[in-house]
Amino acid sequence: MFTKFDVLETIEMVEKEHLDIRTITMGLSLFSCIRDTAEETALKVYDLVTKKAENIVKTAENLSGEYGIPIVNKRVSVTPVSLLCAAFPEKAPLIGKALDDAAETLGIDFLGGYTALTHKATADYERKFIQTIPEVLASTKRLCSSVNVGSTKSGINMEAVKMMGEIFKEAAFLTKDADGIGAAKLVAFCNAVEDNPFMAGAFHGVGEADVVVNVGVSGPGVVKRALEKIPEADLTETAEMIKRTAFKITRAGQLVAREAAKRLNAQFGIVDLSLAPTPAMGDSVAQILEEIGVSTVGGHGTTAALAMLNDAVKKGGVMASSRVGGLSGAFIPVSEDIGMIKAAESGEINLDKLEAMTCVCSVGLDMIAIPGDTPATTISAIIADEAAIGMINQKTTAVRIIPAPGKKVGDSVNFGGLLGRAPILPVHGTDSSRLINRGGNIPAPIHSFKN
Amino acid sequence: MRAVVTVTGKDRTGIIAKVSAFLAEKGANIEDISQTVLGEYFAMIMIAEISGVKQELSSLAKECAELGKQIGMSIYMQHEDIFNAMHNV
Repeated sequence: MFTKFDVLETIEMVEKEHLDIRTITMGLSLFSCIRDTAEETALKVYDLVTKKAENIVKTAENLSGEYGIPIVNKRVSVTPVSLLCAAFPEKAPLIGKALDDAAETLGIDFLGGYTALTHKATADYERKFIQTIPEVLASTKRLCSSVNVGSTKSGINMEAVKMMGEIFKEAAFLTKDADGIGAAKLVAFCNAVEDNPFMAGAFHGVGEADVVVNVGVSGPGVVKRALEKIPEADLTETAEMIKRTAFKITRAGQLVAREAAKRLNAQFGIVDLSLAPTPAMGDSVAQILEEIGVSTVGGHGTTAALAMLNDAVKKGGVMASSRVGGLSGAFIPVSEDIGMIKAAESGEINLDKLEAMTCVCSVGLDMIAIPGDTPATTISAIIADEAAIGMINQKTTAVRIIPAPGKKVGDSVNFGGLLGRAPILPVHGTDSSRLINRGGNIPAPIHSFKN
Repeated sequence: MRAVVTVTGKDRTGIIAKVSAFLAEKGANIEDISQTVLGEYFAMIMIAEISGVKQELSSLAKECAELGKQIGMSIYMQHEDIFNAMHNV
């Protein structure tokens, strides 16, 4: 049984420390929707999504009311669309439109899965599909897209890496009136996971059940507040406090996930243990690192503090949930974290430090705005660097980078809402085109041969 | 099914009377009640059996919050499972 202090602690977490369930994401298999033509397939896709996820918003609101914990986002992820359109890849935008319409009908904020899996090689239909991404992101509101360009098992597909540099630029260019927001809905992955509930990289893997509910918890503010209570503690004790706090947060997520799955007639998938910041004050991962003792995030010691934070969150979370998955780690999106935004504005954090940080946490270079005139091959090289970190370290890494059209260092972009705002960060002016234009594959590392 | 009702705010007369009258009217049975007054600050926690309540918990919780606004307190009504989950291994 709980005590009155437990009750008051939970209420304080919600009222003052932004404790929330960040997302309930319903994963839907769309394989049964495939028909002879794109038009027929699109109709089936719309029907299936709006029927299966019909009650997601209402159920989330009821759960939120019953447990007294806000559930911020309701989302849907679907089977990678490129697989549904293999017979008519040029017409994939029809499916994209149907999904975006379905998302609007459901009243959800994002739907993920306009996705291609090209980690070993680029099939002809994938190549054609990927070319449709910028236009689709420019003409839809809620649809998110991702492309897996490498994995520990298969190495890095450098043709896909090269293509993605160009796709990011085009996605940003086609949405130039909105600071290039198209690129903010696009992710290039290495080791993409099939049960990720977070956007923009969510898709419903081919090995998943028909209907699954995955839940992403959050709570950077709760962790920061817990650490503020022990300012003199050594790092062993600090890690222990993070672990205990992560346990409590995750238990709330586990309860909501199981109950949501039951009410939505879906399988309970996973709880994703990520600490996901928002631009709100006091809901920042960067500020946890600063509370641990780095005066400004990006300074020396940041990577060590982040490594500890990320590991402690996992240890607490794994104990609290029967099924853990997704990305599970601390997120460091620049534009979505008030501490990161400040450090970027003051020049204390740069791309190189962010890349180092992604070696020890999920997920990658996330929501970073760079000058609009950055060459596509430079963006490809940034993707290749990040994919290499994921491939060698057997972890998921990602790049969500916005080459903001017409903007240069000193300017900033503002996407509003959860996507936030960010100053333009400089990139190295060196030329990476020879590396990128070589093509081919970076072979899988020796330690991937485990059989 | 049991819910936990938490009332916090500045102490004043008649808080318990108002909240328990509201719960009784809704068909909730108060099983346990504990309160603390720290200076001017008042915190009361009630455990209520709500199986006899006709409406959904989420809408009852909303009405509790509204009642709180009327009497100048903060009132939460939550399913007890959230506390069991978060505070027990």
